[in-house]
Amino acid sequence: MIVTRDLTKRYGRRIVAVDGVDLDVREGDRYGLLGPNGSGKTTLVRMLLGLVFATRGEIEVLGLSVPRRVREVLPQVGAMVEGPGAYPHLSGRANLTLLDAAGPGGGRRGRRDRVEEALQRVGLAGVDRRPVRAYSLGMRQRLGLAAALMRRPRLLVLDEPTNGLDPRGIREVRDLLTELNAGGTTVFLSSHLLGEIEAFCTRVGVMDAGRLVLQDELATLRAPTGRTLVATPDADRAVALLDGRVEGRDGHRLTVRHADPGELNAELVGAGLQVTEIGPERRSLEQIVLDATTTSSDRVEAA
Amino acid sequence: MIRVELAKLFRRPRTYVITVLLCALPFIVAVFLATTRIPPPPGQGGAFLSAVLSNGALYPAAAMALIMPVFLPVSVAVLAGDSVAGEAATGTLRYLLIRPVSRTRLLVAKLVALVTFVLFAIGVVLVTSYLTGMALFGSQPSAGVALPADVTSLSGVTITHAGLVLRLLGTVAYIVVSMIGVAAIALFLSTVTDSALGAAMGALAVLVTSQVLVTLDAAASIRPYLPTRYWLAWIDFFREVTS
Repeated sequence: MIVTRDLTKRYGRRIVAVDGVDLDVREGDRYGLLGPNGSGKTTLVRMLLGLVFATRGEIEVLGLSVPRRVREVLPQVGAMVEGPGAYPHLSGRANLTLLDAAGPGGGRRGRRDRVEEALQRVGLAGVDRRPVRAYSLGMRQRLGLAAALMRRPRLLVLDEPTNGLDPRGIREVRDLLTELNAGGTTVFLSSHLLGEIEAFCTRVGVMDAGRLVLQDELATLRAPTGRTLVATPDADRAVALLDGRVEGRDGHRLTVRHADPGELNAELVGAGLQVTEIGPERRSLEQIVLDATTTSSDRVEAA
Repeated sequence: MIRVELAKLFRRPRTYVITVLLCALPFIVAVFLATTRIPPPPGQGGAFLSAVLSNGALYPAAAMALIMPVFLPVSVAVLAGDSVAGEAATGTLRYLLIRPVSRTRLLVAKLVALVTFVLFAIGVVLVTSYLTGMALFGSQPSAGVALPADVTSLSGVTITHAGLVLRLLGTVAYIVVSMIGVAAIALFLSTVTDSALGAAMGALAVLVTSQVLVTLDAAASIRPYLPTRYWLAWIDFFREVTS
């Protein structure tokens, strides 16, 4: 769905916002692009949508070259970039109606249905004539999503889609995206919220200082590490029993070099030890990202 | 896209506020003239102003001469300066572009909407100033309208009411063309900045500079190319060729 090769964007001579990115988003993916603030996520998304030109490299979206054939691509793409945008003096409904009328395929017939359906999907069906100016941040975010969904896109490109939403709103958006994805829509979202990506995405890319430093299936990244985490009140006896296989100890929690928690459990219980918790160790997404990235790029150190 | 731009224009309260302000200026001037009956001395003050004292039917022309040099161009510069930069600031511009709307169509639609605004505003000013003129100054009893001496430099020329309407229509067309120039400058500046104020300010800077240079003899060589040079030339619609 989205393929880029050596995609690079420079601003001026010194600032490299995106540096040689080879992105690969497949049909039906739930792709999460992670990265600290200022790592180039938004610039990358803007290039994918033809809003800025790349300095170097190629982009293909839905099999067509961008920006050359971007006008054929965009009608099949729903997007939200850098927060939602709406005319503050008009109601949400009027905003969607104008947006629908502005572009191709926006025949007057069915416009009201398209607008109502989009509002319904994001949970704004009952919204009244209040102008967007009076909307809460969460409502604006939902309106932005509604605008992205109005075309029934094959590909959704969402930059920080849950910004400003409360936990329930985040959950609702995630359920909505899951439903759309099940219906065949490819979802590409960028975020710096690990939890959001971890809960929703099947594939992740990690950006750091303009580079794509990691791109893989989430399941692969989070595969068991070959160690087992054990919590036991008899930690001292367990250390003595497992002699040498204990790699780390934090109070009554042990990290044991052992790939099969079931086998280890049997061994411990067989020796008369109590086990309160046991399970394979997995790297958290946070650990993966921290390992892959260097420093928060909005941090400015003294030279 | 043009329909969308027109909807945006006419659903914004500020469109009407600006129009009301444009109507207010000739009205205030008319009130002062009607209560004091002191005409501006010949050659000073706005064109037609001494003539309207004797004939209110000429007041629409006087109103045009009042709003044309400053007020109308400022309004157009403000609206045009905001038209792209304002959308960039609210974030709606990028959603239009990925809708997708072609950039050319967007700009043309914006320019058409601005021309529509000028027509709308002038139309309202013409109507209100005609009503003001008739109410405060009354019309001449005779069938024709005598053109004022300070404009024609020839007294006694009389035109019919139909002739007056025709000349006013010519005036409207001329002013619209002049304002397209302002709109184009402000619209261009609006595309290179995110600040609506900055774009409007830039367009006004161009106009003020032009106004200053028009009066400067040292700049006589470039005078014909200055955007404001011929702005008041529509007054010639009210002059009669005599030979």
